[in-house]
Amino acid sequence: MLGYIIRRILAIIPVMLIVAIFVFLLLRLTPGDPAAIIAGDMATPEQLNRIREAMGLNDPLLVQFFTWMGRLLQGDLGVSLISGTDVTTMIGQRIFPTLNMALLTIVIAVMIAVPMGVVAAWRHRSWVDYAVMSFSVLGFSVPVFVIGYLFILVFAISLDWFPVQGYASPTDKGVLAFLDRAILPALTLATIYVALIARMTRASMLEVLGEDYIRTARAKGVRESKVLFRHALRNAAVPILTVIGTGFALLISGVVVTESVFNIPGIGRLTVDAILARDYPVIQAMILLTSGTYVVVNLIIDISYTIFDPRIRY
Amino acid sequence: MAMNSVPPASAMQSVLRLLSIPGLKKLGVGPLLAALVLLAIVIITLLSPWLAPHDPLEMQPLLRLKGPMPDYPLGTDPYGRDLYSRVLIGGRVSLLIGIGAAVVSVLIGLLIGLVAGFFRMLDTIIMRIMDSLMAIPSILLAIALVALNGPSITSVIMAITIPEIPRVVRLVRSVVLTAREEPYVEAAQALGSSMPKILFQHLMPNTMAPLIVQGTYILASAILTEAILSFLGAGVSTEIPTWGNIMAEGRQYFRIKPELILWPGLMLSLCILSINLLGDTARDMLDPRLKKRGE
Amino acid sequence: MLFKTRNFDDAKTVLDISDLVVSLPPAAKAKPVLNGISLTIRQGETVCLVGESGSGKSVTSLAVMGLLPKDALFVTGGSISLSGTDLLAQSPGAMQDMRARRVAMIFQEPMTALNPVLRVGEQIEEVLESHTKLPADERRRRVIDIMEQVHLPDVERVYRSYPHQLSGGQRQRIMIAMALVLEPELLIADEPTTALDVTTQKQILSLIAELQEKHGTAVLFITHDMGVVAEIADSVYVMNHGDMVEHAPIETLLRDPKKDYTRKLLAAVPSLTPRAARPAPGGDPVLRVEQLNMVYGGGGLFKRHPGTHAAKAVTFDVARGRTLGIVGESGSGKSTVARCIMRLIQPTSGAIRLRDSDIAQLTRKQLKPHRQHLQVVFQDPFRSLNPRWTVGRSLVEGPVNYGQSPAAARERAAELMEIVGLPRDSLDRYPHQFSGGQRQRIAIARAVAMEPDVLVADEAVSALDVSVQAQVLDLLDELQEKLGITIVFITHDLRVAAQICDDVLVMQRGVVVEQGAAADVLANPQHDYTRSLIEAAPGRSWDFANFRELGAA
Repeated sequence: MLGYIIRRILAIIPVMLIVAIFVFLLLRLTPGDPAAIIAGDMATPEQLNRIREAMGLNDPLLVQFFTWMGRLLQGDLGVSLISGTDVTTMIGQRIFPTLNMALLTIVIAVMIAVPMGVVAAWRHRSWVDYAVMSFSVLGFSVPVFVIGYLFILVFAISLDWFPVQGYASPTDKGVLAFLDRAILPALTLATIYVALIARMTRASMLEVLGEDYIRTARAKGVRESKVLFRHALRNAAVPILTVIGTGFALLISGVVVTESVFNIPGIGRLTVDAILARDYPVIQAMILLTSGTYVVVNLIIDISYTIFDPRIRY
Repeated sequence: MAMNSVPPASAMQSVLRLLSIPGLKKLGVGPLLAALVLLAIVIITLLSPWLAPHDPLEMQPLLRLKGPMPDYPLGTDPYGRDLYSRVLIGGRVSLLIGIGAAVVSVLIGLLIGLVAGFFRMLDTIIMRIMDSLMAIPSILLAIALVALNGPSITSVIMAITIPEIPRVVRLVRSVVLTAREEPYVEAAQALGSSMPKILFQHLMPNTMAPLIVQGTYILASAILTEAILSFLGAGVSTEIPTWGNIMAEGRQYFRIKPELILWPGLMLSLCILSINLLGDTARDMLDPRLKKRGE
Repeated sequence: MLFKTRNFDDAKTVLDISDLVVSLPPAAKAKPVLNGISLTIRQGETVCLVGESGSGKSVTSLAVMGLLPKDALFVTGGSISLSGTDLLAQSPGAMQDMRARRVAMIFQEPMTALNPVLRVGEQIEEVLESHTKLPADERRRRVIDIMEQVHLPDVERVYRSYPHQLSGGQRQRIMIAMALVLEPELLIADEPTTALDVTTQKQILSLIAELQEKHGTAVLFITHDMGVVAEIADSVYVMNHGDMVEHAPIETLLRDPKKDYTRKLLAAVPSLTPRAARPAPGGDPVLRVEQLNMVYGGGGLFKRHPGTHAAKAVTFDVARGRTLGIVGESGSGKSTVARCIMRLIQPTSGAIRLRDSDIAQLTRKQLKPHRQHLQVVFQDPFRSLNPRWTVGRSLVEGPVNYGQSPAAARERAAELMEIVGLPRDSLDRYPHQFSGGQRQRIAIARAVAMEPDVLVADEAVSALDVSVQAQVLDLLDELQEKLGITIVFITHDLRVAAQICDDVLVMQRGVVVEQGAAADVLANPQHDYTRSLIEAAPGRSWDFANFRELGAA
């Protein structure tokens, strides 16, 4: 087991290396002068030079790569072209709102989605099933910012239940103030995640409910609730976990959008501001950070399979 | 050595049965409605130059942010342009980008996936690269690509396509890996059929049904991604009216005139919703595993 | 043959099914799945319900359990009574309470019938949790007790095991323990030994008999295997397409079946007596396998498994026009040998000489000229033909690969259709339009179209009902007579081997333990393993096809 975990952690290295190479080449292989792309059309020669210097664009490609990788390994993500601040510091300042939001979202999503999917599968082809499926398709189809603005329109402006925008840190201002401001954005973010997880739970449960051992459980006279949650859900867990992991990518793009809609000072907003300002070192750092998080989240999920399925042994 | 352990009828068998006319009858109203809505959206979008009462680009400084008027059914935007005309025409670029991204990613993904599924030597390398690409959140990758290549339609299509490719590759590869274990593929080997023949005639047809389904989902997600990119200011040039761009411009005025986001948002959602519903219908018909339960 | 002759006239009736009708939803407008069947089982009695696939025997058992698939099958007539309780009148809750307590069931596949993520001890204990208010330690005591009764070894360890850590036989013992822990009046066993090897089957059958004796349980045993029926039944019910064809005490039914269908069914059961010896072969062997070894897996950077030695120094040869049977239980390596000969896998070492060329280590390209002399028929008729291709396209694929013109290949394919007993226009149809037996004929035609010297049949009749099985075996025999093909026949079924093979090779765990003429090996086995295989074959002293004891001419 420990050996497996070590092997899995080692397997991250090539994946992250390829991501890094990709991110590195993204800028360098773009046709045209990277400095001009970053600085925009109106840049003066001095500005261009400053950018070239800052990013080491005057060196040969391989030298650039190794210098860049070397800094990266020391945790140096470069310096923002706009503010001149160290990117690592910038991320450090902005990460907590995002983390808090993301955690709240995942908890809400799993708590809503899994029971939804289970009931839909159990009552396959009933009105509950159709309702869950309709909600799920809808969740996939409405852009997250439209959902965000609709929530603001209904719950903040018309009903005045929540503040329109903003953020309060749970540690400074207290959990209630945090929740007051975080519920709407978290629900917005959760919509697509709920759609995804509910759908997978339903599909996975439908498959498991057709298995012989479910028939055996019923032949034993086991209560239906026990058949569903003890026998079926545990067997259906692995695909559900997997989709929670891969859906994490959706969560990240949702964060970027939701933070701008609700004006939350997290790393999503940081990214949007960086795009508008073409602050390439920041964009680059964000890609590396989010990819790294994605890989680690999926590693944890992979390892957690063993809890649910004793057949998976390493 | 179980005597009765034969799995039920093959995938194709159920496909054929379901594609027969009585099968189509069972579809129900949902998918039919979805098809009609999508058809309507496509027709409106194609005919928009003739349907639109105004030039969607014509600015009328005196008519900024007006409510609905006889001549302007949905009112005007911050530059005094007719919102109705803009929403009608806004679908053109969105649909073009969606279809472009779906076709390109399916074709490239199919090719790479076939190679990965059939040649074990290349499989490991290809799948490592695909894993890495999957690890990069698609929206950020797309943002970076557009930020670097400029806000043209082609670069947006490319930006949406690249993150979709690994998903198609994985799908095609897994179908090929399953299919090549089938006895009929082994029988073809015994009959002396060549590698390319087995690959293209026996294995590739198995990928078609799942690819059709996947292509539909990519189409929906590409249209959605285009809107998000525009919304974040990393989409096609703001001079081109797309649903995403119209909404992006409406952000600041959301509290005064929410229709700037709601109308294009509604069109966009209806469009994606009907595509997704059609995708689900196709999957239910083509995926024998889920279908089996109903029988 | 010693049949059961117990008398149950005075025993109380446990299960009484009368005029039971089970139908598809009215919208399907189909004929009922069960067409008014009646059946009685008394206390302590074993009733066998036999029939081929689609006869409705499993539906009968699910109807008794109240487990018919919702919205798909409905009881539309008749009655089911369990010791006087009308089962059809019970509410779902009452029926749920009755299951495992008064009527229990065991299924065919002990692997899939047990929940893979729960410990087997917990799964047995769950029955007690659902139906009794026993305290935890008492429950555990009862579970351990029933596990001992089904003769599981090392009960404490097995209690904590997951299904995948146990053998097929042990898993079926767990199923039986689960079914009997509450001492139900009726046990329904749906093909409980079909997925098991013969030696394990024998143990499970005697276990069921032992526990039945001990607890006085009535047993409804569903099977397609006449050998099993002869061993265990007190009385037999024969079903066909939802109708009850005939029922009688076991010996009466086997000696003097009244209905044509029953006679046909019995006549198709292959005899364990080897076929009459054919004249010894002349000339050199067509296929010669020498010191064939196959090791799977092993190596790897982090894994240090030694690998599985699936075939060890296998050596044999076959002459033109003869049939060699490779016989063994699961895991014996017989399929590995077949796949090596076919060169679907590359053997680790050894030689495979086909018409004097060694093909064991040839590359894909080098193999091509040899492929046409060597063809294969697989077990599963539903997967061995490309479902997207017409039969005609599948049949011409091979000959065209070797330079025949499509027109000529198609003409030959049409002839072959007639030879295998199918109409010529079958060529324009798709595999799903044919039954399993017909598809197997098509697969045989496809192989024969290549005019091979050697045909490898890998469990080619194992997925077929006995009557269809007999026809396909006859077809193979006929083709061999006509074309002089050499057949390598892989099977787990000694009856089938006896029916078709000239020579037999018995494998156990990768090793050939005995080989020789079928008549010698099967009639006078030398190796212990061969002997145990033959002894485990159920009903081996009965000649089903002639309704009498074997050898009683």
